[in-house]
Amino acid sequence: MLELIDICFERNHKKILDHIHLTLDEKKFYVITGPNGSGKSTLAKIIMGLEQPDSGQILFQGKDITHLSVSERAQLGISYAFQQPVTFKGITVFDLLKIAVGLEMTEEDALELLKKVGITSREYLHRELNRSLSGGERKRIEIASVLSRHPMVAIFDEPEAGIDLWSFQSLTEIFKELASTSSGMTIVISHQERIMKLADQMILLENGTIKKIGDRKEMLSEILEEMEDAYE
Amino acid sequence: MNDVDKKLLNQIMEEDVTKEEVYNIRKNGACIARKENPYIRITNKENGRGIDVTVKENTLFGTVHIPVLLTESGLVDVVENDFHIGANSNVIIVSGCGVHNQHGKDSIHDGIHRFYLGENAKVKYVEKHYGEGRGTGKKILNPITEIYMEKGSSMNIETVQIDGVDLAKRLTKAQLQEDTTLTITEKIKTSGKQQADTDFVVELLGEHASCHVTSRSVATENSYQEFRSNIIGETVSYAHVECDAILKDQGSVKAIPEIYAKHVDANLIHEAAIGKIAGEQLMKLMSLGLSEKEAEEKIIEGFLK
Ligand SMILES: Nc1ncnc2c1ncn2[C@@H]1O[C@H](COP(=O)(O)OP(=O)(O)O)[C@@H](O)[C@H]1O
Ligand SMILES: [Mg+2]
Repeated sequence: MLELIDICFERNHKKILDHIHLTLDEKKFYVITGPNGSGKSTLAKIIMGLEQPDSGQILFQGKDITHLSVSERAQLGISYAFQQPVTFKGITVFDLLKIAVGLEMTEEDALELLKKVGITSREYLHRELNRSLSGGERKRIEIASVLSRHPMVAIFDEPEAGIDLWSFQSLTEIFKELASTSSGMTIVISHQERIMKLADQMILLENGTIKKIGDRKEMLSEILEEMEDAYE
Repeated sequence: MNDVDKKLLNQIMEEDVTKEEVYNIRKNGACIARKENPYIRITNKENGRGIDVTVKENTLFGTVHIPVLLTESGLVDVVENDFHIGANSNVIIVSGCGVHNQHGKDSIHDGIHRFYLGENAKVKYVEKHYGEGRGTGKKILNPITEIYMEKGSSMNIETVQIDGVDLAKRLTKAQLQEDTTLTITEKIKTSGKQQADTDFVVELLGEHASCHVTSRSVATENSYQEFRSNIIGETVSYAHVECDAILKDQGSVKAIPEIYAKHVDANLIHEAAIGKIAGEQLMKLMSLGLSEKEAEEKIIEGFLK
């Protein structure tokens, strides 16, 4: 169980997260949605430890992790696929996956993993993780780096961004599989109806507060309507 | 050769040089071993200061190793090597300097390497530097490389200097004729109070000459590095210079770009970026379970790979 208790995060006099209370359970699939700038990524970063809240507490499996480092949280099984994947100089796709897995890994293992995210060519393994890869490719490798860890808390930040419609189908398959097999919890930040449809629970963020939280069945149609209204 | 020599040799050259087809090993100012083949000749210069390596025209897949060992403290070794690469040849030249200084005096190696590439010749030149020994004497290197490229030739230079050298001043000068390509990759890591200077002066003289310089360096502790490049485009030509440096501790790096386009179709680009390791890179690797220190090591290792 992951509990966020009264989390506040303010920068430049702007309340980015405003008294967030949230309890997330194992084996559940959550979709967080909400307008740009509503604080979704910040919330994810606070769970991973990439940002430190101004106040509030984070409990994971009953343990206070509020002041644990990013590395310590990773070792406890929390993992986050960045909205904007980080680029490196000289570090290859294979290097990153080896780091992610943390154990011996053969090229075959790595290829197997990449296949899940729709990358099938062996040549990719030795490509540098820099801007010579397309945004969509970097995004898929980022997702693979998190999948490879079999995390207890897996957070994916807008995984659909930059991914074409062809690959989108296989992406939803990944999340379907996660939803049914993972012993941990999955949190996906998304605006995509097809991903929302996989959710057990949905969380709608607005202006740094939780506007609504509940079962997908109750929330999905309402959220889709709101999105349409906003679009018009 | 004694054990120290062999160990030094192994440090600078990955393979066992004495098993190679062509080599010249120089120790403390004199040649101690040499091997040639019918296509590649090595002769002493008349002034005794170095060698001429002559590669016959149309020689394919030749490899030449020319390591230099300095084991006497207080020695100033000055070497002058010329490479004459015949037209259409394709060779790899590996040079390296290993300094073992156990005593109080400075060891200095000043080398001038001149490359004359005939038409359509291809050369890959790898330069390695390694210093060891606990003596207080400094290990000082001042390599000068001069490159003259005839029409259609190409040269690829790789320089690696990872710690161990107290003071290095490196100067590379090149003149490129028509349809030539010069690619230079240098990797430098300094620590302690080391200082490393590199200076490139490249003249793009012939049409469609092109030059690519990539410098990646890491300056740690109190070390200092200076990177200077001066590319002159006389005609339709292309150059891309990329200087990337990571700073740690009190390390400092100065990059001085100079590009001089003398022709409307000379396309010259210089990029330089100096700074500490990007925080988001550390964060990403830490989020995969590495400690901050491990993450830093991986990033530097990849950067200098
Ligand atoms: N460290 C920070 N400093 C200043 N502003 C920040 C910081 N982190 C996030 N913000 C701001 O907080 C708001 C929410 O950002 P974010 O969490 O990325 O939103 P979302 O992911 O929902 O689009 C944005 O206006 C963003 O500019
Ligand atoms: Mg976001």
